[in-house]
Amino acid sequence: MSDVAANRERGFLRVAFVNRSFATGIVITALIAAMALLSFFWTPYDVTKLVVADRMLPPSWDHILGTDQFGRDVLSMIMVGARNSLAVALVAVGIGMGIGVPLGCWAAARGGWIDDALMRANDVVFAFPALLSAIMITAVFGPGAINAIIAIGIFNIPVFARVARAGALSLWPREFVLAARAAGKGSVLITVEHILPNIANLLLVQGTIQFALGILAEASLSYLGLGAQPPMPSWGRMLFDAQTRMAVAPHLAIAPGMAIVLTVLGLNLIGDGLADVLDPKLRRRR
Amino acid sequence: MTAYLLRRVVSGLVTLVVASIVVFSVLEVIPGDPARLMLGMNATDDAVQALRVQMGLDQGFLVRYFHWTGGLLTFDFGKSYTYSVPVGELIAERITVSLPLALIALALSTAIAIPVGVFAAARRGKPADTISMAISQVGVAIPNFWFALLLVYVFAVWLRVVPAGGFPGWEAGIGPSLKALVLPAIALALPQAAILARVSRSALIEVLGEDFIRTARAKGLSREAALWRHALRNAMLPVLTILGLQFAFLLAGTVIIENVFYLPGLGRLVVQAINQRDLIVVESVVMLLVASVILINLLVDMAYAVVDPRLRTRS
Amino acid sequence: MTVLKSIFAAALMALASSTASAARADLVLGIPLEPPHLDPTAGAAAAIDEVLYANVFEGLTRIGSRGEVLPALAESWTISDDGKTYTFKLRTGAKFHDGTDFDASDVKFSLDRARADDSTNAQKGLFAAIDTVEVVDPATLKVTLKNPQGSFLYNLGWGDAVIVAPDSAETNKEKPIGTGPFKFDRWAKGSSITLVKADSYWGEPVALDRAEFRIIPDAAAAVPALLSGDVQALPNYQLGDALPQVESDPRFKVVIGSTEGETILAINNKKPPLDQLKVRQAIAHVIDRKAIIDGASGGYGVPIGSHFSPANEAYIDLTGTYPYDPAKAKELLAEAGFPNGFKTTLKLPPVTYARDGGQIIASELRGIGIDAEIIPVEWADWLKQVFTEKDYDLSIVSHTEPNDIDIYARKDYYFNYDNPAFDKVIEELNLTADEAKRKELYGTAQKILADDAVNGFLFELPKIGIWDAKIEGLWENSPIQANDLTQVRWVD
Repeated sequence: MSDVAANRERGFLRVAFVNRSFATGIVITALIAAMALLSFFWTPYDVTKLVVADRMLPPSWDHILGTDQFGRDVLSMIMVGARNSLAVALVAVGIGMGIGVPLGCWAAARGGWIDDALMRANDVVFAFPALLSAIMITAVFGPGAINAIIAIGIFNIPVFARVARAGALSLWPREFVLAARAAGKGSVLITVEHILPNIANLLLVQGTIQFALGILAEASLSYLGLGAQPPMPSWGRMLFDAQTRMAVAPHLAIAPGMAIVLTVLGLNLIGDGLADVLDPKLRRRR
Repeated sequence: MTAYLLRRVVSGLVTLVVASIVVFSVLEVIPGDPARLMLGMNATDDAVQALRVQMGLDQGFLVRYFHWTGGLLTFDFGKSYTYSVPVGELIAERITVSLPLALIALALSTAIAIPVGVFAAARRGKPADTISMAISQVGVAIPNFWFALLLVYVFAVWLRVVPAGGFPGWEAGIGPSLKALVLPAIALALPQAAILARVSRSALIEVLGEDFIRTARAKGLSREAALWRHALRNAMLPVLTILGLQFAFLLAGTVIIENVFYLPGLGRLVVQAINQRDLIVVESVVMLLVASVILINLLVDMAYAVVDPRLRTRS
Repeated sequence: MTVLKSIFAAALMALASSTASAARADLVLGIPLEPPHLDPTAGAAAAIDEVLYANVFEGLTRIGSRGEVLPALAESWTISDDGKTYTFKLRTGAKFHDGTDFDASDVKFSLDRARADDSTNAQKGLFAAIDTVEVVDPATLKVTLKNPQGSFLYNLGWGDAVIVAPDSAETNKEKPIGTGPFKFDRWAKGSSITLVKADSYWGEPVALDRAEFRIIPDAAAAVPALLSGDVQALPNYQLGDALPQVESDPRFKVVIGSTEGETILAINNKKPPLDQLKVRQAIAHVIDRKAIIDGASGGYGVPIGSHFSPANEAYIDLTGTYPYDPAKAKELLAEAGFPNGFKTTLKLPPVTYARDGGQIIASELRGIGIDAEIIPVEWADWLKQVFTEKDYDLSIVSHTEPNDIDIYARKDYYFNYDNPAFDKVIEELNLTADEAKRKELYGTAQKILADDAVNGFLFELPKIGIWDAKIEGLWENSPIQANDLTQVRWVD
């Protein structure tokens, strides 16, 4: 592997952590992820136990973020909600990458009508307003976390297909690929051995961005009641429930919103930092 | 140029046809019988069947598909199941809310984003740049419906200066109507402005590094003058692309904001129609939005082609 | 903080225009649901009646604010001794809003249309007893029934039985033409419906010149609209936690009335293990009505123990039949053969009392080992899956039709309840005219349902109305779904 990627990897981590965006992003995201993991073992209160008598208590030492309309502890719900949010967005990115990248690479490798047809299909998906289509999908299959993942995942496919195709197309005329071809390697082997490692950076940056967008999309869907269903807490749902109680319990609207902003912010910072570090052209300008 | 244009138009049309098939088929499998829904719990089966025949629901899939697409070609969108008025009328009524909302939001977002972008680009690397980009980074991360909730709390619940939702209708006067659109427009615009500001900053920085700016600067043009006079115009292309995308996004993206503010716009119409199984309305509005996305993309492509002749030869 | 707030508010207020008028004859009411169309004789949506009933359309009889039957387009009537023939004397001088005269032929047309084979009337059953309708003369109409029916005059007072004219019947969905004191003005879809005073009205003229029903789907938006004065009355909203904000404000009257809405945990009585009485009794024992009313209805609502409105004279309090007692419930469940509980589903339509109440009930059920998976459904799916196909285990819904205990005697009704003893009581009820006897039969019917724990009986949906303290004449209770504006006026 005398490829460009290998050279670029050298000192990557050192550079990355000097990059302020990346470092901040990693810290924030790690905290949220740690919170989500912790919720599997421990939360301050049981989120499935409703104590209606303790409803809508303001923040106090017993309940740091207060309680909701059923007397559940908001902090515990934020923790369990983090699990749901991260899982949905991550799996949706996985779907997008898992299907989109092979499609994009295939289109780039084969060219011709296959490329045309795939790109046309991409156009069709892109032409659909994503949120609206997600609403239609959940109307067909019923609301729920799994269907939210599918709805978000579908719209990630063309994004990754496009990035992979563009990256691969720029590599195919390169000397090391031509050399491999001359050595008699098939296009699948070339893609796996030479193309993929070299577009990995691009995909990583795109993946982080899509992850962040996925968190926002999941929040929107569950705000509309189409995401994870009760009793599973979700941040978007918590915001919806807070809306009618804005006048009596404004604290309910603050915590879930902050959680979404922080998570998306953390991921975007990682993405930005990665792009800076990985793209020498941009790095030069800093 | 004509050949390029023609190819783009044809591919747009193909996309549209495929989209119509997708939309129609997806809605075909949505569970729920519109006739039963209209008549309710205690209606007899006879009554429901009578209504199904009246609505043409007893016909086959293909018959209804061609009937519908045939209608679309002549701008006859059919009749809403729930409102029993022409869908075209409904759309025309609702678009008087959604379109102004999207336009106001777009104008607001541009008016905030471009100056911020220029400001930051001119002070690249300085604290002002860092701070404004940090703020925009947070702006990108804010879900617009949460932002909307906060706005409602401050301006409608706490200060009570604007309504928390609803729309009085344009016939109630421009004043009250605009008042009802202020919060939704701000909620829509700010996260978009954050994105746009970042894009314009980096586009400007890119242009600023190019030779002709260096020449202009060498000729003694001040940094500010170079920015506004030469760089901005040349940075317009990527900014336009994002604007085009954002407009399409705003038209459809009003779905959630219209739900937060209870505005009788296209987005609410679609969500209501899905819930009430008013499929013909859903189909028509989705097709309209898809068509407008395609049209906007086409316009952006054409703008590109006009500015950059090299693009005309590529597909 | 307050100073800052008032300065800020004043500055912004100055920018906005204010509207104030002296002697008011206009009213804007907020309603949560938009009617799908405006023909009460062709749809079940309560929202249709909430705008048009008694205001634009009238029937032969009408239901008053306390649920009583009053004369409307029929001035008076006589009933034959065998209870089968009704002779109605009709109003003379009544006119439809398009200028045509009202007479007996319009009544015959309306009744025949409603009971015809191809009728799309949602309550066709109301007219099932009718055998013939004859026009005696323009002001007299004779209706013959197949068998005596105690509730016939009440049935004629439903919104589904209003009188329409042959010329305008087909276009009423868009442009309703009735005989009422208000005529339809305009409908801005998704936004509002406006009615104006009809000068041609046969009866006492109304005090309002103009009434607008503004569609505000959610309490969160309705309350601020009321506070800002855009809307002056919210006659029926499930306000829940948004209510405390208005209660303390002297500008408004908050009226908690009753509806005919029995909110129940519907149980599929044929689906094992719910077909076992002990299992249903166990479920009944974990229903904490107070928690449900507090958590899902903002603390308002009267607990019920059977399918009957506490506002009705014949009501008996059966909430003590199976009191809240999780230990007892667990015991019953073990006796039924489920010491470790079982898995089931709970389908919830999109209304607050169901979605929130469902979470509370599911939490309680989990406490005794019953794992009820919550499945939220839209109304369309609810009607299809739960109501029509009976593909459900548990559900929560409010039955808002007045006096509808007889639905438990229907063979194919979605509860899948089948008890010959109950059917006999209802049958007897249909043939009984004596009030005391009817009351006793109603009592028996309630008792049977409570003992059989057919459904989980939760609470009577409250009618929470808020309006400007200067408005008089809006209904406190909701014996039928209507916003009767005929007596509404502004006072100082």
